[in-house]
Amino acid sequence: MSVIKGDFIDNLPKVYGLYTGGFLIFILLMAILEQAGVGADTIGILFVAFTVVIYAAIGWMSRTMQVDAYYVAGRQVPAVFNGMATGADWMSGASFVALAGGIYFGGHGYMAFIVGWTGGYVLVAALMAPYLRKFGCYTVPDFIGTRYGGNLARFLAVLVLVIASFTYVTAQINATGTIASRALQIPFEVGVWFGLLGILLCSMLGGMRAVTWTQVAQYIVLIIAYVVPVIWMSNKQGFGMIPQLAYGDAIMRIGELESLIGVGTQPTEAFPGLKALTVPYYEAGTDFASKWKFVTLVFCMMAGTASLPHILMRYFTTPSVKAARQSVAWSLFFIFLLYFTAPALATFTKLQLLDPSLATSIIGKSISEVSALDWIQKWSAVKMLAISDANGDGILQITEFFMRGDIVVLATPEIAGLPYVISGLVAAGGMAAAMSTADGLLLAIANALSHDLYYKIIDPKADSKHRLIVARVLLIVIGACAAYVASMKLTSILGAVAWAFDFAMSGLFFPLVLGVWWKRANRQGAIAGMFFGLLAGTAYLYAVRWGGMEPWLYIDHLRFGIIGASVSLVTMIVVSLATAEPDEETQRMVDEVRIPRGESVLDSRH
Amino acid sequence: MTNVDQSTREAHWAKTKGLMITTLIVWFIFSYLVHWFADGLNSVTFLGFPLGFYMSAQGSLVIFVVLIFWFARRQHSIDKEHGVAEEE
Repeated sequence: MSVIKGDFIDNLPKVYGLYTGGFLIFILLMAILEQAGVGADTIGILFVAFTVVIYAAIGWMSRTMQVDAYYVAGRQVPAVFNGMATGADWMSGASFVALAGGIYFGGHGYMAFIVGWTGGYVLVAALMAPYLRKFGCYTVPDFIGTRYGGNLARFLAVLVLVIASFTYVTAQINATGTIASRALQIPFEVGVWFGLLGILLCSMLGGMRAVTWTQVAQYIVLIIAYVVPVIWMSNKQGFGMIPQLAYGDAIMRIGELESLIGVGTQPTEAFPGLKALTVPYYEAGTDFASKWKFVTLVFCMMAGTASLPHILMRYFTTPSVKAARQSVAWSLFFIFLLYFTAPALATFTKLQLLDPSLATSIIGKSISEVSALDWIQKWSAVKMLAISDANGDGILQITEFFMRGDIVVLATPEIAGLPYVISGLVAAGGMAAAMSTADGLLLAIANALSHDLYYKIIDPKADSKHRLIVARVLLIVIGACAAYVASMKLTSILGAVAWAFDFAMSGLFFPLVLGVWWKRANRQGAIAGMFFGLLAGTAYLYAVRWGGMEPWLYIDHLRFGIIGASVSLVTMIVVSLATAEPDEETQRMVDEVRIPRGESVLDSRH
Repeated sequence: MTNVDQSTREAHWAKTKGLMITTLIVWFIFSYLVHWFADGLNSVTFLGFPLGFYMSAQGSLVIFVVLIFWFARRQHSIDKEHGVAEEE
């Protein structure tokens, strides 16, 4: 088996090159079928079904019964491919489906997410990833438990991990359910369980090894699915082949149009879940409050990025410390390809709807004309869009057009009049994004519970076969819980995603950073930091979200990590200094982590 | 424990810390400082974009990517210089 695997690693560029070629041929085939008169529904079903079957096949081929293959993919994933896998792991259903819509509605204020979700990788590279790789842990709580010692520290790390990741994974399973239900024409509740089945097929048999190789495949699908429609649309509108560099004029034009059509006036009606455009596009806030809100949101998303276990554990799979560092750079490069396209997409969509000189525009046209458009009818039917003639003049105003943010990605191909094959491609991309993130998150939770809780705390004598069976049973159980919660539709996609970052930074950011960068940090300090950080963050979230408390200094429910992390930092330092310094052995361990050379601190089969 | 003497470890760690601080200073400027002044920057046009918006949509992102590649290279040469890099 190891010989075959070695060959596979050597042949990665060829294998994924063929795969990419195959996917492009599949897209062409679908385009030909569309021309031949095959219905849009069939094409949608084929896109989603075909890609999910491929992922499941990769998952099956990567099955393993070895502990280090299951937990860290045998530590032989090259930097570039780990970068792609991290990209897919990172870019969730929310990034894929909701990001461009958020920019469309939120303008500059929303760009804080773009800056935060990319700049966080600087922290990962400079403060965390290489050191955790040298440590040689299987999971993030494994580092906390060994560096600080004792089961309580390990248990608290598991607790923070489970809270943060579970919040996140329900949103992902919700997204797979939404996409599957639409593409396969099944009810949402069934779609959720179908999505879970796909996710488990990818991860259950091969653990981290299977997730790694499916995530690379999913990255390729999602990036093609995101970028191709934008380039197509850009060409159609005369912005050329590299739209990301050429949409400056479109932004300026939107700025001019906004004052003409009255963006900024509040609508007089409201539709649940839908929004009218009220925020000017590129103008940045001039007052302290809006600047402060921007930078605090950036900080939360960055510190959260650097504390989310499903991201950090991707860097445990590289062959060396050096490769871990390079891999962070590649990760951000692959993420950047999508994140710098999202604002371009939002801009083109906005221009298409607002600019009266374009055939696709709707604002300023007669209500009857707009209501007759295919895409308006289709998306109104599923209540993702609404039109009302509030002032009764028969003309559609900007305050009379309501939609959900997700429409920007999902409906843009139709708005621009692109062939249906593009909509099918977008559905496959959204599915890939949501599935890959859900895979990483479920695995992070199940691995922490099986390795840290079961093996390290409950039954340290368990043999490897037993451990891997427990890991898989947990994966199914947690997946089922997440799918059950998702099927109850409790949270909107984005609220929950931001909370995961805040939970992670509240409990884990400082214990992880100080574990490497401050030798004096000890067990008592780390325990206090994790416990009080999580407690303070959660209490604050509850108070501002449900308790009716006025947020301090504009730190609202999206930014509660600031409170949690501050409390965590202060208690960790105070308690560490008030108690004895860590023993000789722990200090030597920190010294070892700081240099790349030599054996990892934990042995490879711990 | 890897056979590296204490003074080498200290010298290596001092340089590593220096690099970390430099990296985070650049990170701070492009994560926070630039966006704090986005409104003023918007009066400047860059590649046809209002500069404040451009920095949040692309400028900072490009700098982050380049910064991490540069960081990885610099750290590796610090490691080699002190003889603590991994054997290739």
